[in-house]
Amino acid sequence: MNGPFEFTLRLGDDALIAAQRLAEWTTRAPEMEEDIALANIALDQLGAARLLLTYAGELEGAGRDEDALAYLRDDREFRNCLLVELPNDDFAVTMAKLLLLSAYQLPLYTALAECADERLAAIGSKTRKESAYHLDHAALWVKRLGDGTEESHRRMQAAVEQVWPYAAELFAPDPGAPVDPAALRAEFDATVTAVLAEATLTRPESGWAPAGGRDGVHTEHLSYLLAEMQVLHRAHPGAKW
Amino acid sequence: MYGNDFGAPEEASGGGLLGEVEAAEAALREAAARQRRRVPASDDDLAGFFAEIVEADQKIEPRDWMPEAYRKTLIRQIAQHAHSEIIGMQPEGNWISRAPSLKRKAILLAKVQDEAGHGLYLYAAAETLGISRDELVDLLLNGRQKYSSIFNYPTLTWADVGAIGWLVDGAAIVNQVPLCRCSYGPYARAMIRICKEESFHQRQGYEILHTLAHGTPAQKAMAQDALDRWWYPSLAMFGPPDGESTHSTQSMAWKIKRFSNDELRQRFVDMCVQQAEILGLTIPDPDLRWNDERQAYDFTQPDYDELMRVIKGDGPCNRQRMAHRRQAHADGAWVREAAAAYAAKRAVEKKEKVAA
Ligand SMILES: [Fe+2]
Ligand SMILES: [Fe+2]
Repeated sequence: MNGPFEFTLRLGDDALIAAQRLAEWTTRAPEMEEDIALANIALDQLGAARLLLTYAGELEGAGRDEDALAYLRDDREFRNCLLVELPNDDFAVTMAKLLLLSAYQLPLYTALAECADERLAAIGSKTRKESAYHLDHAALWVKRLGDGTEESHRRMQAAVEQVWPYAAELFAPDPGAPVDPAALRAEFDATVTAVLAEATLTRPESGWAPAGGRDGVHTEHLSYLLAEMQVLHRAHPGAKW
Repeated sequence: MYGNDFGAPEEASGGGLLGEVEAAEAALREAAARQRRRVPASDDDLAGFFAEIVEADQKIEPRDWMPEAYRKTLIRQIAQHAHSEIIGMQPEGNWISRAPSLKRKAILLAKVQDEAGHGLYLYAAAETLGISRDELVDLLLNGRQKYSSIFNYPTLTWADVGAIGWLVDGAAIVNQVPLCRCSYGPYARAMIRICKEESFHQRQGYEILHTLAHGTPAQKAMAQDALDRWWYPSLAMFGPPDGESTHSTQSMAWKIKRFSNDELRQRFVDMCVQQAEILGLTIPDPDLRWNDERQAYDFTQPDYDELMRVIKGDGPCNRQRMAHRRQAHADGAWVREAAAAYAAKRAVEKKEKVAA
């Protein structure tokens, strides 16, 4: 019975890799308030990752805790979507990524809060409130940048086009899972379409739908991210921190 | 009493200082409750009014008359403090991506975020003196205002994150606890809030080192190496020795500063010695010993020539820290411009709606 473990691991890995990328903004954000806001969102994602990975470890029953799962797996064993591992690039790309991620996580966690598994339901009811804030924050910036200056509009449109193809992977059907991602697509589309319209941006049409993250076939970026994240932990096998 | 009231490890990270912050907070409330003479008797009485408030340990507030030099001194000091919080995010931020457990990663990320918050409160306190945050940020970026020299040292290992928390946040608290009683109200209030958070940081740093010092031989060596590198730069954080300090006397009279550099440095050393013992680490000073007569530890002074070199810009990371801040500021310019343009468009829309 690998189903709930695999599902929980996917969600946990999404949150962990998103946190790692968002935390890269610390000391680099466009303004001080934004440095704080991005750290907040990174902390929320990290908090969700810890709950999910801890529970995944329990479901697996092989004695792996959150750190064993985070630090001692290789990139082929990670189950996050490709979207979260993409480099931050400029602030517009980061906000485009966050918009797609939070527009997916919000209905996901909301549905999770109602699911039969009590632990997942508890995690969902905590994290959905956080996702609502992440979505607000990303939507606000996408609007500001889309409807700001000529330069910001150009960058924001390019950013949306760059990350849009990666949304498809988020909604690959998984009928046996506690929440079937395919069921979330309509809400996601409605949310994102409204934000883009208000931001005076054009919703891209793309036939290209890169995927593979859920099977551990990632972009080239993930192994660099993990190399950095895991280096110290792996250099001292068995040490406590 | 510092240094002698630490028993168990949990008690070993500056509980006495937190008590002082709370006492300062209570004093602030009492001072606010006491009737303050509301306005000067006449325009000739301005200086007398100011002196009276300072003398009575009441607070000077933004709208009060104050000597120009007092205003300038405060702006310089608060701005440097704010800049230090912002630049100080870099050395620790350097380890967020590599933190060795998810719990430590979360604690460190939250800590660095707190420092950004400290920067913001302090810029806001400086703004009450009639200067804008943008102007202050420019003064930092063009090198006309400084930040604490400690942040020009590199964080080479994970243990440095522990050493910064324990020693650098620790020294910051020793320096800042008296500022909770500073005569300028907005600064005193900001310092109370900040000192409470700094005391958590110090505890967390101490915990990191405690774990390392009780871990594998490699971890213990990492902790000792960090202490070896951070000890003297931390002592130098209190500034030049009293005889050479340029701003001290006037600041003491104005109750901006309440203890001399050397007094605070001594207080810090006395506090650290027993904490180092509990950690099982050795402070890198062969001449460190208790002096019964002085009821304080004798210790080796930091290298003040090195301090001056670092302040002048020739520390290991001065160029890197400034380049990083300038880069972030420049990279963010188009985003700030977009936010301003968006806000302006919304303001116009609102006006049009009201007019229609
Ligand atoms: Fe701070
Ligand atoms: Fe701090």
